[in-house]
Amino acid sequence: MISDFLERLFLGQDVTTSRDDVKSRLKIVLAHDRANLSPELMESMRREILEVVSRYVEIDTEGLNFSLESDQRATALIANLPIRRIKFEADAPPLSESGIELPAVPDEPTQSFPDQPERTSTDPRSPANPDIDLSL
Amino acid sequence: MGRIIVITSGKGGVGKTTCSANLGMALAKLNHSVALIDADFGLRNLDLLLGLENRVVYTALEVLAGQCRLEQALVKDKRLHDLVLLPAAQNRNKDAVTPEQMKQLAYALTKKYDFVLIDCPAGIEMGFQNAIAAADEALIVTTPEISAVRDADRVVGLLEAHHVKTINLIVNRIRPAMVQANDMMSVQDVQEILAIPLIGMIPDDEQVIVATNRGEPLVLSENFSLSGMALQNIAQRIEGKDIDFLDLDAPYDTLFSRLRRFFKR
Ligand SMILES: Nc1ncnc2c1ncn2[C@@H]1O[C@H](COP(=O)(O)OP(=O)(O)OP(=O)(O)O)[C@@H](O)[C@H]1O
Ligand SMILES: [Mg+2]
Repeated sequence: MISDFLERLFLGQDVTTSRDDVKSRLKIVLAHDRANLSPELMESMRREILEVVSRYVEIDTEGLNFSLESDQRATALIANLPIRRIKFEADAPPLSESGIELPAVPDEPTQSFPDQPERTSTDPRSPANPDIDLSL
Repeated sequence: MGRIIVITSGKGGVGKTTCSANLGMALAKLNHSVALIDADFGLRNLDLLLGLENRVVYTALEVLAGQCRLEQALVKDKRLHDLVLLPAAQNRNKDAVTPEQMKQLAYALTKKYDFVLIDCPAGIEMGFQNAIAAADEALIVTTPEISAVRDADRVVGLLEAHHVKTINLIVNRIRPAMVQANDMMSVQDVQEILAIPLIGMIPDDEQVIVATNRGEPLVLSENFSLSGMALQNIAQRIEGKDIDFLDLDAPYDTLFSRLRRFFKR
């Protein structure tokens, strides 16, 4: 108790209390319970979102964070994808003529980019069509 | 028509039966007629906490089997004449009853009693389904611990799916000194995480065990302990009164803890 206090006093906010720990753990567990998403589904969702985003920008995979959070009994998918650099126009898929509208996602299931080969490769577990079977 | 309120939690041993016994007694003391249903078939406890174990003759099962009238199975409390208990069978398992049958019993009791309180067993299986079948309202009991809160959240989801409209939260066994040392979630922490309205908080208190030993719920005694007061307040909030929450921190609010809070963040 007292050492906790001293640690906080001298080391600043880096030391989390067990109360902080339990709150953040609970928030994540409850978000998953409420959404009823299996880790496998979360993983393939994560992979597909990354795949799409990586077509336009280069993501810093170190700082990547992808989680479910729950607030007032509503669940949100929180993705923090730090951008390392915006890809040159030549790298990016063709934009629509105005250049302002959101570009349409190309029909091909995957596009390969030389700088991100492993992320864009097809994975048998990531569903190719929207009718995912949610039954476990 | 009486109100049917189920006291439930998901996790076992968090204080459902303690709350059922005390809230039943407290509401009866406030001049309401109260029927308590023990829905924990096979592991009945409510008769013990109320000190009525020696007066149980028939149980809900005999009523449902047509072996006695509902009236005959009700154990009347001698201390508070408007309180009755419908005991659970001790020798049968939780599958001995169906949700339909529980509804029949509870609805019959609402004709005569202002409050029908149902003490739910732990878990989310058949016994739980039976206990919540007739309820329009629920009191969720939890302790400030990770597994109890997780189970409580699960139960809230199930109750919502069963169209139980009014769901209120009781946080039991709070230890203010641990909360102030940041080693336990506070009532507010738990309430924010579960996001259902708070109706009461009960401190962790040795008197709860003493009262259980004697079969005399806390709210019966003349000079309340803090936990007895907390339970009495919950009964009044169930009545619809606007009662301030107890400040459980007060006795622990030392200079040291104030200093600690000052240095925090
Ligand atoms: N506020 C409290 N302070 C101290 N002890 C408590 C408190 N509330 C409950 N207890 C103790 O915790 C134990 C479990 O309480 P209780 O039987 O009411 O829980 P329950 O949720 O009904 O359990 P079960 O799931 O087995 O039916 C008992 O020994 C009781 O005395
Ligand atoms: Mg019990």
